Amino acid sequence: MTVGLQQFLVVSAFLFCLGLLGVLIRRNIFVVYMGLELMLNAANLALVSFSRYNDNLDGQIMVFFIITVAAAEVAVGLALLVALYRKRQTAHVDELTSLNS
Amino acid sequence: MDRITDILNGLLTYNTAFYVFALMTLACGILVVTSRSPVTSAMFLVLTMIGISGLFVLLNAYFLAAVQILVYAGAVMVLFLFVIMLLNIGEEEERQWNKFALTTGSTGFAGLTCLLLLTIWRADLPTGIGSTTVGSTKNLGNLLFTDGRFLLPFELVSLVLLAAMMGVILLSKKEIK
Repeated sequence: MTVGLQQFLVVSAFLFCLGLLGVLIRRNIFVVYMGLELMLNAANLALVSFSRYNDNLDGQIMVFFIITVAAAEVAVGLALLVALYRKRQTAHVDELTSLNS
Repeated sequence: MDRITDILNGLLTYNTAFYVFALMTLACGILVVTSRSPVTSAMFLVLTMIGISGLFVLLNAYFLAAVQILVYAGAVMVLFLFVIMLLNIGEEEERQWNKFALTTGSTGFAGLTCLLLLTIWRADLPTGIGSTTVGSTKNLGNLLFTDGRFLLPFELVSLVLLAAMMGVILLSKKEIK
C-alpha cells in the first residue's frame, strides 16, 4: 500500500486517541500530563501532513508556534504540579479533589 | 528529489521508512499509557517524539524535525524527567483501576478512534505530493520573516515565553501567598 496523506492521518488519529486514553485512565498526574503532550504531538503531525499534501507552508508555521507555546505551557504546568506536590505530597489525581465539592 | 530522500531511498524505501516510524511512534505511545512507572512513561514518550520527528522528515519538514528533537525530546522531556526524579515519584502502589475512569476512558478511546478513522476514510483528501521544496528551512524562514504575515505572532510568542518564565519563577518561590 503506497503511503499517502491518509496513512499519516491514521497515525495521527491513533496517537491522539492514545493520548486521550492516557489522560482519562491514568491516575498519576504526571502521566496525565504526558498524555496531553501526546495529543499535542498528534495534532502537530496532522498539521504537517496537511501542509505537505496541500503544498502550503502555513501548517508548518502553525506547528512551529505550537511547539513554542507547548514548551512554555510545559514549564508553567510542571511548576504548578511541583507547587501542588509540595503542598499536598501526592501525585495521585483521586486525592487531589479539594476543588471538588 | 532531495538528498536526504535519496539517502533514505538507498537504505530503505519511503514506504518501509514510514511504517517503521509509524509503528515505533504508536508502539511507544501505547507503552507511555500502559507502563507503571512515570519515568518509564517519560522515556517512551521521548521515543515517541523521535518517531514523530522521523515522520516529519518523511513529510519534508526538516526544520520541524530538528526542532521537535531539540525542544520536545530534549528540553521538555528533560524537564519532565527532572521534575519526576526531583519529587521522587515511584511506581503506583498496587494498581487499583478506577472503574469509572476505565469505562469512560475506553469508551472515549473507541468512539473517538472510530469517528476519526471514519472521517479520514470518507474525506476527499488530496492525493498528489506537492513540490519537494515546500518544507525546506529556507522557505520556512522566508515565510516567517520576510513575508510579514507571521512577524507579529512571532514577536508575541516571545512575550508568551517571557510571561511563562516569570510565572515559573513566581510559582517556584518558597512561599505562595
